[in-house]
Amino acid sequence: MTVAKFNTVITPLTQWVNLQQPLDFTAYCQVGGYQAAKIALTEYQAHEVLEIVKNSGLKGRGGAGFPTGMKWSFVPMYAPEDKNAPDNKYLIANADEMEPGTFKDRLLLEGAPHQLVEAMIIAAYTIGANKAYIFLRGEYHLAAKRLQQAIDEAYQHQWLGDNIQGSQFSLNLYLHCSAGRYICGEETALINALEGKRANPRAKPPFPQVSGLFGKPTIVNNVETLCNLPHILKNGIDWFQGLAPNSDAGTKIYGACGRVKKPGLWELPMGVTLREVLYQHAGGMQAGLAFRGLLPGGASTDFLVAEHLDTPMDYDSIAKVGSRLGTGGLIVLDDKNCPVAMVLNLMRFFAQESCGYCTPCRDGTPWAVEVLARIEQGQGRIQDLDTLSKLCDFMWIGKTHCALAPGAVEPLRSALKYFHDDFLQHIEHGCCHYNPSAIAKRRQVAQSSVQAVTTSSNMTGSANE
Amino acid sequence: MMNKELAMNSIDTVTIDYQTYLSAAEIAAIEHEVSIMETRDAAGIEALKVVQAHRGWISDDSLFAISDLLAMPIAQLEGVATFYNLIYRQPVGQYVIHVCDSIACHLMGYEAVLIAIKQHLAIDYGQTTADGKFTLLSNACLGCCDKAPAMMVGTEHYQNLTPASAVAVLAQLAAKGEADDCS
Ligand SMILES: Cc1cc2nc3c(=O)[nH]c(=O)nc-3n(C[C@H](O)[C@H](O)[C@H](O)COP(=O)(O)O)c2cc1C
Ligand code: SF4
Ligand code: FES
Repeated sequence: MTVAKFNTVITPLTQWVNLQQPLDFTAYCQVGGYQAAKIALTEYQAHEVLEIVKNSGLKGRGGAGFPTGMKWSFVPMYAPEDKNAPDNKYLIANADEMEPGTFKDRLLLEGAPHQLVEAMIIAAYTIGANKAYIFLRGEYHLAAKRLQQAIDEAYQHQWLGDNIQGSQFSLNLYLHCSAGRYICGEETALINALEGKRANPRAKPPFPQVSGLFGKPTIVNNVETLCNLPHILKNGIDWFQGLAPNSDAGTKIYGACGRVKKPGLWELPMGVTLREVLYQHAGGMQAGLAFRGLLPGGASTDFLVAEHLDTPMDYDSIAKVGSRLGTGGLIVLDDKNCPVAMVLNLMRFFAQESCGYCTPCRDGTPWAVEVLARIEQGQGRIQDLDTLSKLCDFMWIGKTHCALAPGAVEPLRSALKYFHDDFLQHIEHGCCHYNPSAIAKRRQVAQSSVQAVTTSSNMTGSANE
Repeated sequence: MMNKELAMNSIDTVTIDYQTYLSAAEIAAIEHEVSIMETRDAAGIEALKVVQAHRGWISDDSLFAISDLLAMPIAQLEGVATFYNLIYRQPVGQYVIHVCDSIACHLMGYEAVLIAIKQHLAIDYGQTTADGKFTLLSNACLGCCDKAPAMMVGTEHYQNLTPASAVAVLAQLAAKGEADDCS
């Protein structure tokens, strides 16, 4: 078996990324592209590739961190002549990336489209799928163009289509461009969307691995997850596990946005600390600003604060301190931005993107928006904090049809914990302290009501009644 | 289901032949999408995008015509059409501006950019300028969070916006549109 023993590549996913001009087929082959797909097709049986992926410790990069090999192992496999075999199985690359604060897949899609095509050949071969789709969000126009080019080239060079490179394996790969709706990223909603239905999530079970697209066994994987495959096959399991300092394997594309000095994306060993990403790579806070907190992995993860900065950014470690690694994109809050306004912005997003299928989420998210808006505008009441806590409970895991609503709860419930004083101040002082014009207005109102009280013989009620 | 009678106020009766409503180019593009899906109705969203690319938006007539072509219930297609942010069920301007209003853009102060755009065009969200050039809409995170604030106009993404740079982009597009009109 041709497995390189001494590979020094430490940024496998992004080593060939070129945003100006991604490698075309020939250039990609020159740097070793499609070698891994060749190894898979010519040297391994499908179940052997599955073993490798299982043993590599690769976990899904779409947010939940589910072990990829295990997910694949639920797909029923059949002997070539088995009459019970379904006429199709499907592989779908989830490129719907719409989680606010997440922009990592875009880098891979725009910068190295052939890497994803090669990865999908390997994944499809392993699960026995002959049809695959890239489900791309509608706003990624440049990615669409480049992916279609890569797909066309792969067909021209017999890396897609019937009997790939003379093997028994055939695969047709298509690009589907969505039209802007966050819930389409949820894998069962995505499947409904691909079937031409309204993209409400489906009940599980049955799981897509058994009954997914058009009722056939289907695997949905995140783009970044898939892009690891060629490298694992080429360089081996030991190399992959050696990339990460802790128990999780491989690299992760981390990101940072908000008022940091150098927002961006970095492929780093899985499990570097939050502090390293925030200060070493993102350069720390912009001049004159202090760090308040961050969401470690996109909009639907719990806030973490200064005391958590030494936490390694792997799935287990981040979970231990009460959040989720999610997509690995830090959203950083500074001391001049209002945490209540931040949570309000996030909740507005979730309310708008709620698919409306189940009551706790359809009604709960706009309700939370209403209450948060009231507090942010200085009209909040102390009971509102109870209401928000209750809403967090109503929308929590197990009470809703899919994970969107619990995701919406995460930043809110953690903000109530870490920024409790900010909520209280808004309510007690009737204004937002981060907003100078609101404070000025509040002073005006206060002054005029003092005048009103002194000039009027009537007793006026308190402003907070 | 070839012809549908649209009775309007019981006076005007418009008969539309939905078999000839879509152009040959539209039908060809839609049939290509159908060919890569397992069922005709699975191409619904792609068909909506094809027709929108040709006509700018999805009218009721377009909806009827597509549902006929794909042999799918009109209600299912309308359910799909209204589900998505990027399918326009009302006429839009030549350029549709989608300003990102999600969290990174919020933290970086997109509100000032939005106000500048609204003032420059003298329209609010959901409106189209009187000359039909621009429609203003919001958009969830555009995936440009490290270069926030961001907006998308047509298929182009504009990043690291300031109120001035956003207005400059629009002024440039307006001038370009006029040049196109003259040619
Ligand atoms: C509301 C919602 C939106 C999601 N959006 C995405 C997305 O844009 N991209 C993605 O890869 N996964 C997304 N997911 C997760 C997918 O459901 C699924 O877990 C993932 O694609 C599996 O891939 P993985 O195993 O490779 O991580 C989303 C989940 C939810 C609940
Ligand atoms: S939780 Fe929200 S997004 Fe998910 S099914 Fe219920 S309403 Fe739809
Ligand atoms: S939040 Fe505006 S681009 Fe991501």
